[in-house]
Amino acid sequence: MLGFRCTALLILSAIGLASTAGAQDISGAEMKSLDGQVQEIKSDVLNIASELGNLEERLLYPSGTQLAIFVAMADDEDFRLDAVKLEINGELATHHIYSFNELEALQKGGVQRAYTGNVMTGDHELRVTVIGKLDNGKDFTASNSFAFSKGVKPKTLGVTLAEPGLGSDGIQLGVW
Amino acid sequence: MRRAPVSVLGLLLLSAGLATSPSHSETLKDLYFGEALYYAHQGLYFEALERLDTEVKQHDAVDEPQLDTLYQHIEDAEFSLGDFELRYRMHHRAGRAIKAVLEAAVDDVIRNDAAYRLARIHFQKGQLAEALQALDRVEGKVPESIEDDIEFLRANVYLAEERPEVAIDVLEKLRDSDEFGGFAGYNLGIAYLQAGRRQEALEQLDRAGRIETDDPAELAIRDKANLVLGSVLLDTEDYAEAIPYFNRVRLDGPFSNQALLSSGWANMSLDRIERAVVPWNILASREVTDGAAQEARLALPYAYGRLNVHGRAAIHYGQALDAYTGEIDKLNESIDSIRDGKFLEALVREEIRKDKDWVIRLRALPESPETYYLMELLASHDFQTGLQNYLDLADLRRKVVEWEASFDAYDEMVEIRHDHYEPLLPDVDAEFRELDSRMRLRVEQHKMLIKRRDDLLTTPRPEFLATPEEQRMLARLEALETQLVRGGATQDSPDMQRLVRLKGVLVWRLETEYHARLTEFDQNLQKLDEAMAVAQAQYDQYVRVRQAATHSYVGYTRPINRLRVHAANAIQTIDRLMARQGRLLETVAIDELIARRSRLENYGDKARFALADSYDRATQAQARTEAQP
Repeated sequence: MLGFRCTALLILSAIGLASTAGAQDISGAEMKSLDGQVQEIKSDVLNIASELGNLEERLLYPSGTQLAIFVAMADDEDFRLDAVKLEINGELATHHIYSFNELEALQKGGVQRAYTGNVMTGDHELRVTVIGKLDNGKDFTASNSFAFSKGVKPKTLGVTLAEPGLGSDGIQLGVW
Repeated sequence: MRRAPVSVLGLLLLSAGLATSPSHSETLKDLYFGEALYYAHQGLYFEALERLDTEVKQHDAVDEPQLDTLYQHIEDAEFSLGDFELRYRMHHRAGRAIKAVLEAAVDDVIRNDAAYRLARIHFQKGQLAEALQALDRVEGKVPESIEDDIEFLRANVYLAEERPEVAIDVLEKLRDSDEFGGFAGYNLGIAYLQAGRRQEALEQLDRAGRIETDDPAELAIRDKANLVLGSVLLDTEDYAEAIPYFNRVRLDGPFSNQALLSSGWANMSLDRIERAVVPWNILASREVTDGAAQEARLALPYAYGRLNVHGRAAIHYGQALDAYTGEIDKLNESIDSIRDGKFLEALVREEIRKDKDWVIRLRALPESPETYYLMELLASHDFQTGLQNYLDLADLRRKVVEWEASFDAYDEMVEIRHDHYEPLLPDVDAEFRELDSRMRLRVEQHKMLIKRRDDLLTTPRPEFLATPEEQRMLARLEALETQLVRGGATQDSPDMQRLVRLKGVLVWRLETEYHARLTEFDQNLQKLDEAMAVAQAQYDQYVRVRQAATHSYVGYTRPINRLRVHAANAIQTIDRLMARQGRLLETVAIDELIARRSRLENYGDKARFALADSYDRATQAQARTEAQP
């Protein structure tokens, strides 16, 4: 009796070691069919998202007045960016506080679309304020103003941020 | 970066989390590609795909792609598209995107990277022949960062194909790889085992079980090598040889429970019962939900029984029985909870999924089923795929429902704009028509003056630059001349002589002042050009604003309605798929819990029988002791 029990238990432990599958095998065909259908609906919803994005852009930000401002970090910058404030002609456009994931995405080379809105054709002023922490642990706030001109085409501005240094606030503006 | 491959059937095979970081050009020229990367780096692949897909399509549609900012990154972008699709578990589309890169005339480094990624997709889907075909397309310069990855994947495909000898050739070269050292060593041992080369397997696993490391993943694989080696020896009844390997397994590692259990059985088989009691005692006090710990609760009193300590055996059997009963109750509650839909409800709760230890957090939720017994199930590839699909569907549903809510707002926006502009536009259009005709006239006049200036430059005509006064005088002189000729005056007559002199004075002035007058005419024309340019700009702006007014409300109804229908259909499909996927997950989870319950019931039966037997033996022993004089 005990010998049988010992053998049974040994087999149990051997099974436990060799595999984690067995009872967990899901009906393969149904799983595969469902997986295929899930991929299809993902594709459908992506198409809807793309069409909706185009429609929203036309409806909310017509090309004649559209202004998009992107924020990126300069290469090899790893200072802690806490927030960015954008003001257009003295009016607050956006004030974004960065999460850890967002900051990491910027540091890896991602570019954030910080603002999309409308401005009239003509000359305008963009003021960028950056709040963060330096490598030495000190808090800093840096600001810079840039003049830009809006023509009849959509306007895209790229703000590149770097750690402020001697004689530099680390904020650069590029036109794309 | 080191990575810990997933264990499947004892082998270490690359499975999920295959893709490397999305490509990142050093000098990014396209902000929209950068935006897609921004989302991808946060793991938001739906948003990344949406942005990049649109950007790539727009790039494909432009007439002069070399002028587009994406031009410099297009290969990288198409590659990333496949990468994001892979990460968003859209293997069908990912495969197509990566194949497109493979078939394009691209650099060796990019093509080989694509071939590797395609091979991983096929491997992940269990298409082993296709995976090897993709790997065979790797030729020429290979990115250094994936050289070992390619070979490791190749070896894993061979192992999955049950061609251990070929896998051994590859893995022997990777044995000393910095990146896969521990894992390649372990897999090589398994390959030797598969190939029936037992002695080499034992030696290799022994080596893999001795590696010096402080990396948690490598420590785990070292433990696993020792555990497998011990188990192989246990199978061949080499109990004494097996024990040191079980002892090498760390007491706080993920394989510790299994090692303690096996160590106990190896000692029992050598009749070293006291030594078996030590690991089982440790194990029996560990988390009762663990399979090895449950078995130890039965094994420990069995060992006490063999030592003829029947009283203690009975106590431990009783404790085991209580523990099993408690766990069976928990399992029953969990099964009921899953049947009530609580499992799926808990899975889709956002605050749970934001936590990387969400499986653990899930257990803490009130009314959610006990997930400890589902841990192995949750870690299995098939269940993970199903679970991820369910979660992706829930996310998609949230998105589409949110979009649906905005359609009515857009309709209203269009309607307000329509009501605002429609009454104003007829008057505006009437004014515009008048302005338009005046503008056209001025443009024609302007063109005519330019032509005249150009003609004068090639064929000088001084009379064209006469002032109106001079023109009148010229006309008067010509009229007088005609009159004199009609009156019979000859060229020598004093009147005629006087007229000729007067005409000569005028022509002299026109001829001598011609260049100065032409310069002045040209300067005036230039000023007119400037004025015309201002007028044209205002005209163009007016046209644009007028068009913008119409474009702000015309042509939206149909696309909004179409999107509304698509969104409604998508929600229907998502609901249907979520129901099917959810049922499948619940069924599998319940089956797993029932299997666990059956095992515990079986243990319970054994414990109950053994408990009675131990009491009998303890009573008999006591009776014998009392009967002794």
